[in-house]
Amino acid sequence: MLELKDVHIQQGTFSLSGSLVVNRGDRLAIIGPSGAGKSTLLAAISGFVPCKGSVLMLGVDVSNFKTAKRPLSIIFQDNNLFPHMTVRQNVGLGVNPNLRLSSEDQTRVAKALDRVGLSGYMDRKPSDLSGGQQSRVALARVLVQRNPLILLDEPFAALGPALRDEMLDLVAELVNEIGATLLMVTHNPQDAVRIATGVIVVADGVVQPAIKTADFLASPPEALRDYLSS
Amino acid sequence: MAARAQPLGASIWIGGASCALLLFLTLGTLGAIASRADWETGLGANDWTALRFTVFQAVLSATLSIGLAIPTARALARRQFWGRNALIMILGAPFILPVIVAILGIVSVYGGRGALSTLLGQMGLPPIDLYGLTGILLAHVFFNLPLATRLILQGWLAIPSEQFRLADSLSFRPADIQRHIEWPMLRNIVPPVFVVIFLICLTSFTVVLALGGGPKSTTIELAIYQAFKFDFDLGKAALLGVLQFGICGLAGVAMIWLRLPQGQGSGLDRALIRQDADTGFLRLLDGVILSLVATFLLAPLISIFGRGIFFITDLPELIWMSALRSLVMALSSTALCITMALGLSHLSLRLGRIGGIVEVSGFLVLSASPLVMGTGLFIFFFPFVRPSDMALPITVIVNAAMALPFVLATILPAIVQAYEQFGRLADSLGITGSARLIRVTLPRVRKTLGFGAGLSAALAMGDLGVVTLFGTGDATTLPLEMYRLMGAYRLDQASGAALLLLAISLTLFWIFDMIGRRNA
Repeated sequence: MLELKDVHIQQGTFSLSGSLVVNRGDRLAIIGPSGAGKSTLLAAISGFVPCKGSVLMLGVDVSNFKTAKRPLSIIFQDNNLFPHMTVRQNVGLGVNPNLRLSSEDQTRVAKALDRVGLSGYMDRKPSDLSGGQQSRVALARVLVQRNPLILLDEPFAALGPALRDEMLDLVAELVNEIGATLLMVTHNPQDAVRIATGVIVVADGVVQPAIKTADFLASPPEALRDYLSS
Repeated sequence: MAARAQPLGASIWIGGASCALLLFLTLGTLGAIASRADWETGLGANDWTALRFTVFQAVLSATLSIGLAIPTARALARRQFWGRNALIMILGAPFILPVIVAILGIVSVYGGRGALSTLLGQMGLPPIDLYGLTGILLAHVFFNLPLATRLILQGWLAIPSEQFRLADSLSFRPADIQRHIEWPMLRNIVPPVFVVIFLICLTSFTVVLALGGGPKSTTIELAIYQAFKFDFDLGKAALLGVLQFGICGLAGVAMIWLRLPQGQGSGLDRALIRQDADTGFLRLLDGVILSLVATFLLAPLISIFGRGIFFITDLPELIWMSALRSLVMALSSTALCITMALGLSHLSLRLGRIGGIVEVSGFLVLSASPLVMGTGLFIFFFPFVRPSDMALPITVIVNAAMALPFVLATILPAIVQAYEQFGRLADSLGITGSARLIRVTLPRVRKTLGFGAGLSAALAMGDLGVVTLFGTGDATTLPLEMYRLMGAYRLDQASGAALLLLAISLTLFWIFDMIGRRNA
């Protein structure tokens, strides 16, 4: 599904390099100390940050593709919704950015919102919603986009533990329904346990190949031992 | 609770006195002119024409400035290029540029005998006639396009970068970006920017004095000057002053109501990689826009420099004396302005009313334009003193008041922050009064204070407003002397004087700003 070949990212004195193979249907957590470059890795995969080497998606080299041309959906830590648009419009953007939606499209939006449990909130503005509800709107948009690769950049960091688990479970369900592949940046190993089939460790300027979550927890890599024990 | 030590009382006194002076200069002078206004005769046909022209040119100036500023700000927001920061710095320069200097530059490049008209002549086109509406608009755009660009650019850069990344990941086309991201931002930011520029152009005096005139292009501000200076009709001048205060007051209320986003232009150096704008056409478009704007702004300054440099050494002694006088006046004005700003800040902190003070002082000062203040002060003092004797002190005081809102807006946030961060610590250590001012407050606010003082000094140095009202005899200021040289068509000497004035203004700003920054 996703392959990074000798990727190298340079930003001032910061650098990150490595290779990676992600199979279809994988759910991987990207873990590492803060400042290690977890989000930067995600930004390079999505095309926001330039990098050397090649990025392949579905076997196609997308290194020179703009973000819009890459088959992915992304959720950031915040600002995932446009504050001046309704919930319906925010999700509708995933169908058609100019928001000219056919009745069929409208139904898709409504179904997605229903799926995340927000059918009664279609005409609210994001500011009227709780943090968890805002995350659900963003997930509904991912659902209508139906992209094979889903990237989450610490999306639920601001939520409490219970709500966070609830959202992670929802993400796992949605990823399965779409049949998508998931990469999720997190600083919480519990998130990996909850949702991920494997872990990608980013530390000391290197992206390490994915390992099974169980193996990761049984013998955490050297670079992360201090980080995990704290 | 420990009793407040004596010196803290002193700061309250200074604050109270500053407050009283500000109110006297604005509302007091308004009362004075209202009492002398010639209500019986009322406004003549010419006055109505002036009123219409005042509003008309201000609306047009603001519309043009903003219309051009939007594409300029957009280009700056989505492009990274060599010289971008220099260009943004140049956009800040017109604020401290002496108006009369810029006008000389504009006339010498865009005027009837300027470079542009020569170029047009070679193509068989008639030269540009700057005197009248054309020149006023051109000068107003010259001053306000940069201001509008900086304010709107702040709006652009305040858009969270995730929104653009989200747009990329959702395959937004440029039209979608405009509609969903840029247009909502502009809808919020353009109205207050419009009102600010409208207000600035409403009270603009020097530009209209130099480029306007005649019954068709006279503003109320200029009409006050003419009634006062040429017709000796104090009643008429006072009536026009009340009218001016009224219109500006209305615009001022609109400004407070719309709330201009605050900011000192920090963080304008950030530019996002914008995938959506990565097309050849948009790159070309932005390049053309930025080149045109940079040329438009720089050509007059380069022309002043190129011509003035040959004449600056030959300037008569009179000019050098007036330069020295202006320098002393600018420094006095700055000292007064900073004292007032510090006093008012402390007073508002003590009273627990921080919010409104910047708006209220700005409202008062912008509503009571320099000529209204000057006329009012004349009415107060002329029974006792000769007008020409008080021209210079009044200029110092009025200039301090004119710079006050800008200086307050600059330093008040820093003072409030210093208070919030270290107020309790200072209280617990018993640091009060002047010790607190010197040991705690000033070191924390030094950077903004230096910037504010530089602003105030440069504005006072270049001012050509209230000083024109009173005949000053031989004791003139540099801007006034330069204006006289222009009026006598001695343009070589005028450009020498302009370069001198420009150099002093920028140096004053630079020195104060540097003192604030050093080791800060």
